Amino acid sequence: MMRFLAGRLTGLFITLSVSSFVVFGALYLAPGSPESVLLGNSTPTPERRAAIREQYGLDDPFMARYLHWLGDILHGDLGTSFVGNQPVSGRIGAVFDTTLYLVGVTAVLIAAIGLGLGLLAALRPGRIDALVSTVTAVVAGVPAFVAASVGISVFAVRLDWFPAYGAGGEGFLGRLHGMVLPALSLALIASALLARVTRAAVRAELDKEYTQTARARGIPGRLIVVRHVLPNAAPPIVTVGGLLVAALFAGTVVVENAFGLPGMGSLLIGSVNQKDFPTVQAVTLLMVTAFVLANLVVDITQQLLDPRLRQGGTA
Amino acid sequence: MTLTQPSLTAVESAPSRANAAGRRLRNRLGATGLVALCWIALMIGCAALAPVIAPHDPNAQDLLHVYAAPGGDHLLGTDGTGRDILSRLIWGARTSLVGPALVVLLSLVVGLPLALAAAWRGGWLDAVVGRFLDIVFSLPAILVAVLAVAVFRPGPAPAILALAVAYLPYVARVARSAALRQRAMPYVAALTVQGHGGVAICARHLLPNITPVVGAQIPIAFANALMDLAALSFLGLAVQSPQADWGVLVNDAQAVLQGHSSQVVYAGVLIIATVVALMLIGDRLGGDIRRRRVRRAPQPTGRTP
Repeated sequence: MMRFLAGRLTGLFITLSVSSFVVFGALYLAPGSPESVLLGNSTPTPERRAAIREQYGLDDPFMARYLHWLGDILHGDLGTSFVGNQPVSGRIGAVFDTTLYLVGVTAVLIAAIGLGLGLLAALRPGRIDALVSTVTAVVAGVPAFVAASVGISVFAVRLDWFPAYGAGGEGFLGRLHGMVLPALSLALIASALLARVTRAAVRAELDKEYTQTARARGIPGRLIVVRHVLPNAAPPIVTVGGLLVAALFAGTVVVENAFGLPGMGSLLIGSVNQKDFPTVQAVTLLMVTAFVLANLVVDITQQLLDPRLRQGGTA
Repeated sequence: MTLTQPSLTAVESAPSRANAAGRRLRNRLGATGLVALCWIALMIGCAALAPVIAPHDPNAQDLLHVYAAPGGDHLLGTDGTGRDILSRLIWGARTSLVGPALVVLLSLVVGLPLALAAAWRGGWLDAVVGRFLDIVFSLPAILVAVLAVAVFRPGPAPAILALAVAYLPYVARVARSAALRQRAMPYVAALTVQGHGGVAICARHLLPNITPVVGAQIPIAFANALMDLAALSFLGLAVQSPQADWGVLVNDAQAVLQGHSSQVVYAGVLIIATVVALMLIGDRLGGDIRRRRVRRAPQPTGRTP
């Protein structure tokens, strides 16, 4: 287990180093000088240009600049946004919770819908299974932005059940009300994929001989499923479910913009349009970090769930 | 593996071989798979023949007939500036299909040689390529594209290039592991002993033999690229607004808020149908390979009670 952890942490370190390098270096790939990207659309005075070069240390060697930037980030200084000259960390702090809330609600929906439909299909072969399989095959092809637009037109405009735009009302329930459509749109594909994986994993365990033996011994079907089949089917389900939830951090970009939710995704696209490069860098890096960390958690959980992987020690 | 060893089979005339390939494809796809294939062919046809079959100019505005109802001159009605929705959907097939095709093509052109070289050489090259693919795999494709658009400019070219990079691992990882399996087969050793060079073996034997496995990945990668690119166009980062694109057409918040959602629904349905069809085809192609491998494994006959 220790060797596995050490290996994964090294991998994490390398991945985060490379992605931070890419996020930082991207600025220098841009056509034109870096300060013109940093200055955005404005035409600067020579003094402003010099101030920018000074502020970002553009006259230092590239690696020195990168390490300086990285050091600042590790100390919690994410740079200064061009919008109102505020610290980027403050702008992110103001919208961070909306994204976390959205990811949380979506994860609950994915678990409930995905596991529910998957179990239903696995335990009820025949017509129900065929129906669930067809539905999940179609839903797996419904992108979040299509679901969002159609959802707004049906449930917000026609039926007026939910707000079409913005973060919803006050308090926990008010916010939840505003999150229903965005979270559902974001959850569709992931729920369908999780349902298929759950169905396959549970079905595979049901077909094994120990299940038949247990059934032959007269153990009630429900008990077999809960006590034996589910724990054995859990590892692939948890892995896929975790990876799908990890991917949500990037998925929020689309949904938040479709619904005008003030979260990290809206901040990111807004910053791209305003050419606010420091904010783009910080948000991208945070989202990648969240994604990579969530993947690590999934890996570790998988090890804890499946003793066979632990004994193998080949990770 | 049984699919492509043409050099070992007896001489076969070209047309009969083509027939056999067609039959195999039909068997692998099944009835629903064939329907999916027909849908894809229809979409490609629309994209290719857009100038011929589109009833109107997709960008011609007609401010006297705003939000016209379906029927008559405009089969699917018009949008908020009186543009013909059907024509915009047909023209939209072009950008919506060409973009993902470029993404997949670019990632294949770079990814396949990379995967073959890594599998053939092994050692440090394989370790570096493997690690590189792992890292790229851990970057969400949409974020890579957003970063590229932020650096360059909003438009299809940066988005397509960025997605091609992000999609490298999808193809290359599968190709690498399949190539590693082939590399361990006796026929490769036999060819090496006969004095064939590494590049020739890779190009003439490994590549054809990993094609079924990689081929099953292509429709799935295409479907994902279609969804990602359409999402980027929806966000206004790839294809830009006056141009017709399915992703752009879904982003018509103004019409939706005024209760005119037909264009959004049509474009959404086209995206969903195309994605589902592609995934179904990929599933069938890949599933057949899996089933065959299972069938070939030694299995006890009959069920033990």
